[in-house]
Amino acid sequence: MLYFSKLRIVFITIFSLLFVLIASSNLFKFDDSFFDKKINLGLDLQGGSYLLLEIDNEPVIEQKLQNLTTTIRNFFKDKDIRINNIKIDNQNIFFNVSDDNKQQVIEIFEDENSEINPYYPRFKSHQLEIEDTGLNLKINFSRQGLINLKTSSQDQAIEIVRRRVDEVGTNEPNILKRGNSRILVELPGLDDPMRVKSLLGKTANLTFRFVTQNEDDRFGVEKLEFEDGTQEAVVSKRIIISGENLLDAQPKMDTQNNQTIVSFTLDRVGAKRFGKATSTGIGKQLAIVLDGKIISAPVVRDTIASGAGQISGGFTFQSATDLALLLRSGALPAPLEIIEERTVGPDLGQDSINAGMIALSIGFLLVIIFMFVKYRLFGLITNVTLVINLFILLGVLTLFEATLTLPGIAGIILTVGMAVDANVLIFERIKEELKDETNNILAFDGGYTKSRTAIIDANITTLLAAVILFFMGSGPVKGFAVTLGVGIFTTLFSVYFIARLFTSLYVAKNKNNGKLI
Amino acid sequence: MIAFNKYYNHFNVLSSALIIISLLLLVFKGLNFGIDFKGGTLIELRSNDSKINVSSLRDKFSQMNLGDVSVKKFGSDNDFLIKFENKDNKKNIIEEIKVNLDKSFGNSYDFRRVENVGPKVSTELLKSGVIAISLSLAIMLIYIWIRFEWQFSLGAILALFHDVIVTLGVFSLFSLEINLSIIAAVLTIVGYSMNDTVVIFDRVRENLRKYSDIKIFELTNISINETLSRTIITSATTLLALLAIYFFGGEILKGFSLAMILGVVFGTYSSIYIANTVLVRLRVSQKTVLREDDSK
Repeated sequence: MLYFSKLRIVFITIFSLLFVLIASSNLFKFDDSFFDKKINLGLDLQGGSYLLLEIDNEPVIEQKLQNLTTTIRNFFKDKDIRINNIKIDNQNIFFNVSDDNKQQVIEIFEDENSEINPYYPRFKSHQLEIEDTGLNLKINFSRQGLINLKTSSQDQAIEIVRRRVDEVGTNEPNILKRGNSRILVELPGLDDPMRVKSLLGKTANLTFRFVTQNEDDRFGVEKLEFEDGTQEAVVSKRIIISGENLLDAQPKMDTQNNQTIVSFTLDRVGAKRFGKATSTGIGKQLAIVLDGKIISAPVVRDTIASGAGQISGGFTFQSATDLALLLRSGALPAPLEIIEERTVGPDLGQDSINAGMIALSIGFLLVIIFMFVKYRLFGLITNVTLVINLFILLGVLTLFEATLTLPGIAGIILTVGMAVDANVLIFERIKEELKDETNNILAFDGGYTKSRTAIIDANITTLLAAVILFFMGSGPVKGFAVTLGVGIFTTLFSVYFIARLFTSLYVAKNKNNGKLI
Repeated sequence: MIAFNKYYNHFNVLSSALIIISLLLLVFKGLNFGIDFKGGTLIELRSNDSKINVSSLRDKFSQMNLGDVSVKKFGSDNDFLIKFENKDNKKNIIEEIKVNLDKSFGNSYDFRRVENVGPKVSTELLKSGVIAISLSLAIMLIYIWIRFEWQFSLGAILALFHDVIVTLGVFSLFSLEINLSIIAAVLTIVGYSMNDTVVIFDRVRENLRKYSDIKIFELTNISINETLSRTIITSATTLLALLAIYFFGGEILKGFSLAMILGVVFGTYSSIYIANTVLVRLRVSQKTVLREDDSK
């Protein structure tokens, strides 16, 4: 156990120096991109906001089912099958067909090449399930159908969230999917997430619809409130243009009456429709509806064929800017709810770093003094190893550009405390060996060999705990698991290669000087 | 040599009592869950105005209809921690509070940290915390069962249960807050306590093979003594590191380091007085380890 070949010594030295160098790139700037890496600071250390958003898919499901009733009706009409009493109840569609047609309808739905019910061969499942309840036929989304629906609305939502966050212009936001109905947004350096929160909280579903007095409008009507909550108006469900038709939106100052407005331009389809509606609807009120509330309902005075228009509604410059931003980035497929928020101010982050560093220095110093007092020369070897171990640990974290959190710093300090364990086990064992063994080399060799199983067992148990923590923990706690886990490997390396090298060099030189430890 | 085995029975009674008291505390008093597991809102506020103190803050917050609001000093004299349940899960609660506080205090304060955990997330976090701890206990059981004989695994697991339950019992007794970092601490305690037990067990097994004529009652005592200086040194350096975190690592790490300190103390104690006494009570002998060696 004590023999080291020259090659091995060179290898250990190079390896250690390499990591010391990588670790030091956190302090100095290197030209080489391999060395110029830095440990990422977690949001709790650099300050910033963590937002977990949940997509409310209920409205999407309702809408899909609504569309589906129309599709079903038309599809079977072409096949001369009459669909009766079609209705939606509790995310199910119910309808009746004559008994002669029942089997045919079910077969159409369960056919793998069904035109109306997509089949996912990979999951061996249709989008929809059909069931004969006896009274009527029941259709609902299959498990896989629901999953696909959720994933696709998540895909759309994350795109919109990304656009909105980018527009606000925070540095290096991190936007990730979580499960199939959640989105995680990390905004480093953002002190006050109020604006981002309010932007993400809006669906931004914009429609232009005529105000109507005619209660039996062909498309149906609904009563909507104005945004300020003062008035109500009856609005047709017929959509003239929607947010999808917008090419651009910008906040502007209306010079005539000194009002802030949002001006917009429409795409070709939108411009055509807008032109047609404004030419036939002169004198009528056109309601601009955002997320179920009327922003304003101006009276149409002229035909607008240019495809450009403006929205006024008592905006401040900030609210006009935000509305324009929302309209540019598009509507979310479903409302988002912020279900978890954690924000740390930058000065608290800095305080945490300082406190962490002080605790690390003091903890380190205490352990070093203790070890030196207890073991003298071998304590010194342990301490030098401990310093190198710390650098290698930082080097590994830097190399993988791991995220360092406050609990992560605690993990490093704890590693310092526990790292001496392996060396202590070895030294104590050597002491025992020296009780009946006069040959120093044999005693040291025996000490290393006999302590090995205990050291490995002991470290594996801590490693197991760290691994579980890594997979089950979130955010800052994950950072703790990382430093604790990586710390175990660097500790074993430094104990078995660095400390053992120093020990063997010393023992080889002083083997005839009586008991060495 | 210290006669640890003289007190096996005494300390078994003490440990049983501690476990029973802790369980009673956990059942009847319960744990003081933080917002991570209960849901709600937390604000860390720093003021630079002596007008802002616990009672004035409490006054202001109680006027805002937030339900039960707790206001406490946090570390220094001008740092405060405010917690409330946010039952209705109001969306813009933080902004509303800011507006309200601005009216009375102007901008002589600052929100240093804001955390808002919805009911759904907190339920999930609690669930995954419980799963993590159970999973770690199960994995330790399996690991030690593979490495040692079943008598040893039983002893190690009983020691682990003792450490986790008594640590949580202390948290319950003093109504200390349980949050995500405490779960991390408990898991680390599980790892550490196991580590400590394994080192002694490793020696017990080695001695069982070496001496056929020494009874387990004596043998555990020999093994504890042989590994004693290691036990003390490692516990000491680990405690030194943890004390450094506790006193200098800032308010946020206080609960975490306290849990760890308790865990290290209980873990060291239980390795000696629970894990080993299980071996004695199960009458482990040389046959136990030799039989296992044959089958391997």
